[in-house]
Amino acid sequence: MSRQTMASSTALGVHLWLVYAFLYVPILVLILLSFNKSGLPTSWSGFSLKWYGALANNSAVLSAALNTLIVALSSTAIACVLGTLLALGVELRRKGDNKGYVADTLLMAPMIIPDIVLAIALLSFFNLVKMGLGLHSIVISHAVFNIAFVCAVVRTRLKHFDYSILEASIDLGASWFTTLRRVLLPAIFPGVMAGGLLAFTLSVDEFIIAFFNSGSGQASTTLPMQIYAMIRFGVTPEINALATLVMLVSITALLASQRLNKAPSHHE
Amino acid sequence: MSSLHADRKLSAWLLTPGLGWLLLFLVLPCLLVLVYSFVERGAYGGIEWTFTWENYQRAFDPLYLGILLKSAKIAALATLFAVLIGYPAAYAIARAPRYRQPVYLFLVMLPFWSNYLIRTYAWIVLLNREGLLNKLFSLLGYSGDPVSLLYTESSVVLGLVYNYIPFVILAIYSSLSRINGELWEASRDLGASGWMTFRRVILPLSVPGIAAGSVFVFVLSIGNFITADLLGGKQVQMVGNLIYSQFLTARDWPFGSALSFILIAIMLLLLFVQALLARRAAEGKA
Repeated sequence: MSRQTMASSTALGVHLWLVYAFLYVPILVLILLSFNKSGLPTSWSGFSLKWYGALANNSAVLSAALNTLIVALSSTAIACVLGTLLALGVELRRKGDNKGYVADTLLMAPMIIPDIVLAIALLSFFNLVKMGLGLHSIVISHAVFNIAFVCAVVRTRLKHFDYSILEASIDLGASWFTTLRRVLLPAIFPGVMAGGLLAFTLSVDEFIIAFFNSGSGQASTTLPMQIYAMIRFGVTPEINALATLVMLVSITALLASQRLNKAPSHHE
Repeated sequence: MSSLHADRKLSAWLLTPGLGWLLLFLVLPCLLVLVYSFVERGAYGGIEWTFTWENYQRAFDPLYLGILLKSAKIAALATLFAVLIGYPAAYAIARAPRYRQPVYLFLVMLPFWSNYLIRTYAWIVLLNREGLLNKLFSLLGYSGDPVSLLYTESSVVLGLVYNYIPFVILAIYSSLSRINGELWEASRDLGASGWMTFRRVILPLSVPGIAAGSVFVFVLSIGNFITADLLGGKQVQMVGNLIYSQFLTARDWPFGSALSFILIAIMLLLLFVQALLARRAAEGKA
């Protein structure tokens, strides 16, 4: 290697680490400040968990957390069922002919459409059909993008699936239903779980669509909506603690999802 | 073996619930917004079912056109900086030993999976008047009043670059990693310098990645609401904020719908251009 290329590869390496610093320093500062006793953003006065304790006594935060859990679990459950069926249907059809399919476009749409547009579209729709807003309308809305994500994850899983096992099962006299339940489902289950965890994270973190479609009142305020309301009042150590906990939940769910999705390469 | 016909029937059963959900809660609502964008606003924020072009004409009033152009400018700046900072990072990852690349990529994507509001809030903590950066300035000898680094176009651009740079790095990495290692050697063997190899061989081959990443950042930025709202405050209005206020405060749903469709049109146009570029690149290789 010439001296020039050595120098340029060192520069590249340094640049990469600077980018990591750019990505992680703001988050790490936030986490660090959540343990700061004085709560001041600029001076460290010792380690303390008191801001987490304050959260545990904040009834607005607790009810918002419960609402978020309800919304995330419900929309994830809907998405796991419908998204998995969709993935099976699309892949089964693709097996016959390989050309593009309308469903592909429809499945891409929730991932690329701007949040705010989906938010106002659903608000207009619920308003037109005179459906009251509340947790149920957030669940319906979140299921829209969650179905698309679960379907995408399960489809990648199905790409590695050997369909001749299904044919063997049918040839041996099993019904379609039995084959789906006993052969196909166990094979794609890790994919469904991975997609479900991803959907759960997305729902826990989603703000704008929930904000537009929640109606008013604390009864249907989700955690991101609560955080948004708190942020507008300014920087407080309590938000730092809450933010740290929320990040912990999403990162854990994401890591679990990644692990599940990696599984086939070890077994096959 | 089951016939193709049975497959099709089964597949139709499997598709119905999911596609039904998306038709009912995605396609229909979007069509409704399209319809709303061509009707008049009623008294008290309602809808008057009379056809009109007025909402689209109004979007091109100097006041609103200004906001559209400003959003485009902010999104373009965010895209530019994301590519300038992201390209060398993607390049460094693509040149790293193969077994390390997944870890490097994972580290890029990890912050992206935490809450968007929180990531944006993290910058408020750093940039506000009592924030760490101001403290740093005073330690470095700055003695004037603390400056608010928030609520400017620059802070919005910074927030967008921060939130979306993982996309750019991922997109550029995926096109760089497809470039055959022998191509680098061949160019080197034929006497090209490192810089020449990069400019004449590597850079052109990574254009599809740059295009894909740029379109992503631009589309996500121009329709963004949270970043402008939290880091831009009242000073920096973008289309997203305008749509927000038309629906929740001004209660002019038809106008808000027209703005949404302009946003979707810009988005579709860019995605189309990017698909064309990708196809041309694929054909060039074949």
